[in-house]
Amino acid sequence: MKKKVINIAVTGLNATDNPGPGIPVIRGLREAKDFDVRIIGFAYESMEPGIYMHDLVDKTYQIPFPSAGQESLLARLEYIQEIEKIDVLIPNFDAELFAFMKLEKKLLKMGIHTFLPTVDQFEDRQKINLMEFGKKYDIKVPYARTIFSLSEIFGLTADFTYPVVVKGKYYDAYIAYNPEQVQTYFNKISSKWGVPIIIQQFVYGSEYNVIALGDGKGNTIGAVPMRKQFITDKGKAWAGITIDEKNLLEMTDRIISGSKWRGGMELELMKTQNNEFYLLEINPRIPAWVYLAVGAGQNMPEALVKLALGEEVKPFETYDVGKLFIRYSYDMIIELEEFEKISTLGEL
Amino acid sequence: MKIKNNIALSNSGFIFNPSTGESFSVNPIGVEILNLLKENKSKDEVKAVILERYQSDDDTFERDFYDFVNILVHYHLAETDEEKGN
Repeated sequence: MKKKVINIAVTGLNATDNPGPGIPVIRGLREAKDFDVRIIGFAYESMEPGIYMHDLVDKTYQIPFPSAGQESLLARLEYIQEIEKIDVLIPNFDAELFAFMKLEKKLLKMGIHTFLPTVDQFEDRQKINLMEFGKKYDIKVPYARTIFSLSEIFGLTADFTYPVVVKGKYYDAYIAYNPEQVQTYFNKISSKWGVPIIIQQFVYGSEYNVIALGDGKGNTIGAVPMRKQFITDKGKAWAGITIDEKNLLEMTDRIISGSKWRGGMELELMKTQNNEFYLLEINPRIPAWVYLAVGAGQNMPEALVKLALGEEVKPFETYDVGKLFIRYSYDMIIELEEFEKISTLGEL
Repeated sequence: MKIKNNIALSNSGFIFNPSTGESFSVNPIGVEILNLLKENKSKDEVKAVILERYQSDDDTFERDFYDFVNILVHYHLAETDEEKGN
């Protein structure tokens, strides 16, 4: 029997050394058991590799940066919707989520379903609120403070032992071993993402992540923990392995049931020598290593689309332990005409 | 001392700890000792088997055995009697 075709728009096509989740999300969707897909890519820049991956992305549109404001984004989406009849939109960047969350009702009126966290959920787990979040859910979180100016840096020694981690509100994190390095990273991050800057106590250990999906009613639809096996200079997992760690699954359940989390999420954790897990960050979206979860038996992008369309989704009960993902880089050859089209017309 | 139940050990000497995601390699004698420990054999029982199969003496075996066991505990592949009691 022919499966129904769902038109799905996906952002995060930047399959670079700091990859967005778009391409692995699309790979999961293309392997969906219950539906076929037509994929509409949303790109911000003409150098996002996913734009040119025609076996995965059927059509790509350039959309305005979040900084351009909601109105210009909405106008662009209205134009695209007239042509593409998008059923579901999966945004994959932290920085764009707020705009899409705010546009949720307007998008639905246009026929575009999303499955995103609420503004309260989104704000509660912000890096600047993470310590409170940890207290609320009885999870260890490294001590952190937010700073707004360079003059606050030299006062940090009273509260912190170097090294510390210097973080932007949305992206970037650097380890600093002295106040001078904090200053350098403060300038680097604030020039890109603005203030505040978060200073977090560095925790020594091994890095673990959990990908999870909440149904918005307190149920965990899926959760897969992973240990990073190879980490790039930017701190991104280039290889990882699924693990069987009940503590992490319980922690995930606690967060999802307590917050009634809606949508995908990623927990970033550090395990110390004493076997204690410290929560470093919660990302309010599907992470770039989602395809490992698909490979381990939990197709979360497929489940998310069903939830977005209001279908009932049964929680995944198992996943394969000891499954690895290893990324690789791959050179595509692109004709100038294609580059020209996306650069000038904003469509390909 | 006891090898943790969930530790996967293959005959090639590849060890996988599913709780932590860590993997290790041991040589063929390491595999033999680990298999004996997984069967809950005591140190003296392991010693009897190894000394019967290989040319060694009590002192050398004991020194190497304790080194090996300490490494297993350090990497959370085995739990000490104290940990078992907790």
